[in-house]
Amino acid sequence: MNTIDVHFFADIRERFGKGQEFIDAEGIHCVKDVWRRVAGSCGGLPPVARVLVAVNQEYAAMDAPVRAGDEVAFFPPVTGG
Amino acid sequence: MVRLLAHPFDPWAEIESHAQRNPQWAGKFGAAAVFVGSLRDFNQGHAVSEMSLEHYPGMTEKHLDKVSREAAERWEILEPLVIHRYGQLKPADPIVVVAVWSAHRDAAFCACRYIIDELKTRAPFWKHEETEAGHRWVTPE
Repeated sequence: MNTIDVHFFADIRERFGKGQEFIDAEGIHCVKDVWRRVAGSCGGLPPVARVLVAVNQEYAAMDAPVRAGDEVAFFPPVTGG
Repeated sequence: MVRLLAHPFDPWAEIESHAQRNPQWAGKFGAAAVFVGSLRDFNQGHAVSEMSLEHYPGMTEKHLDKVSREAAERWEILEPLVIHRYGQLKPADPIVVVAVWSAHRDAAFCACRYIIDELKTRAPFWKHEETEAGHRWVTPE
């Protein structure tokens, strides 16, 4: 398994036009690398400081390490309850 | 016990069922604290006609379990009940119920408050409203 499973939620999912993407793990070391790869030419994304991140379903920072087989998610501040 | 539901539910019936599933609790608690959140037909200055709730399957259950466990570590309580909706909701529909049973009221109130407050700031849910002015993603208050 040499890929990273990337998920998007809420308005970030809408901006990307999809809820999930698999990317090649080659060259990926941390969450920020994943974001740069998927954000690519996608316009209208919120500033990275306002994006929340989870790695393997636990909250993580943009500099958290990421390996092949990991699940990474990007989403806006949560509004449940 | 944590449950996520795609369909409308009756919080009071769920609370009753939870207590019935635990007959060994009879006489063990002297207090039950309950929080029920439901959908208003107004928000941030606009009438709301409908709402959809998106969540992160897997991570949501994990975090609600974690918050329930944290509450049980901090206060002497019986197993809390946490039920949260996702999918389409109409005004007045219940969104969430948190019920906590304990020997004493202070632990019941504190644990119930802790669970709903932590749920609101950490559980990965996102509200999307239909209003008279169009649709919008709700931002945290």
